[in-house]
Amino acid sequence: MDVKISSSPVRLTVFLSGELDHHSAASMRAQTDKAIIESTARLIRLDFGQITFMDSSGIGFVMGRYRLAHGKGAQVEVTNLTKKYLQIMKLAGLEKLVSLKSEQEVNK
Amino acid sequence: MKPINEMKLKTQSKSVNESFTRATVAAFAVQLDPTVEELADIRTAVSEAVTNCIVHAYPESVGEIYIWAGIYENGLIRIRIRDTGCGIINVKQAMEPLFTTLGGERSGLGFSVMQSFTDKIKVRSVAGKGTTVTLEKYIRGREYCDD
Ligand SMILES: Nc1ncnc2c1ncn2[C@@H]1O[C@H](COP(=O)(O)OP(=O)(O)OP(=O)(O)O)[C@@H](O)[C@H]1O
Ligand SMILES: [Mg+2]
Repeated sequence: MDVKISSSPVRLTVFLSGELDHHSAASMRAQTDKAIIESTARLIRLDFGQITFMDSSGIGFVMGRYRLAHGKGAQVEVTNLTKKYLQIMKLAGLEKLVSLKSEQEVNK
Repeated sequence: MKPINEMKLKTQSKSVNESFTRATVAAFAVQLDPTVEELADIRTAVSEAVTNCIVHAYPESVGEIYIWAGIYENGLIRIRIRDTGCGIINVKQAMEPLFTTLGGERSGLGFSVMQSFTDKIKVRSVAGKGTTVTLEKYIRGREYCDD
């Protein structure tokens, strides 16, 4: 399994692992969206801590989850980003839509 | 300038091949003694170009993707990713950040990522004939690594 979910009334956390590319995005998307749709939490956290590879498909992935969550009035935060992935996401202007946190900024 | 070593790979435009093609090119690049970061840059750039062949060049069918890589004495790796798919009508526009003809979950940043993770990119495309993307990266290796 490349997606693990942990949820509380306030926060839904989606732990992603492995390689996030165009191929793997489809199943990660299906699993994540199911959890977001079923959740009533106002905060959706996408944890990238165990992601070993990402390309621009990862940007599309975050953007798509942002749209879904936004439509339900929930916020999105992306955590445990390596320096490189933070750089790719900023390239996309994603920090205007979601909160982006690097490895150091998350202490739990 | 002649390469001191070369590789060639031909594969079908199936998304399951994205992972092994980028891993193969990265494994070939290891002989230049790159840093972990430089290898990750190569994997990412190759993944962008190969994914573009799969989603854009052959949208409704399965075609061939031709990958060539050469390494040079001065630490350069040159990687060529070629398809014989639909081609790009306006290359300059296609390379602009956020430009995409697909929408959905494509962000239009593939070329921007290739640009920022390599030293040089060249795109040649003929509508209806296909596209060739050439990436160049100088591997500076561990001697310049600051950690
Ligand atoms: N090999 C190709 N064959 C045909 N068209 C291509 C090819 N590569 C890129 N394109 C065109 O160039 C556009 C921009 O490509 P780019 O990789 O920057 O963005 P994208 O693939 O649309 O989105 P992303 O890569 O962020 O998921 C594409 O939308 C497509 O129209
Ligand atoms: Mg692309």
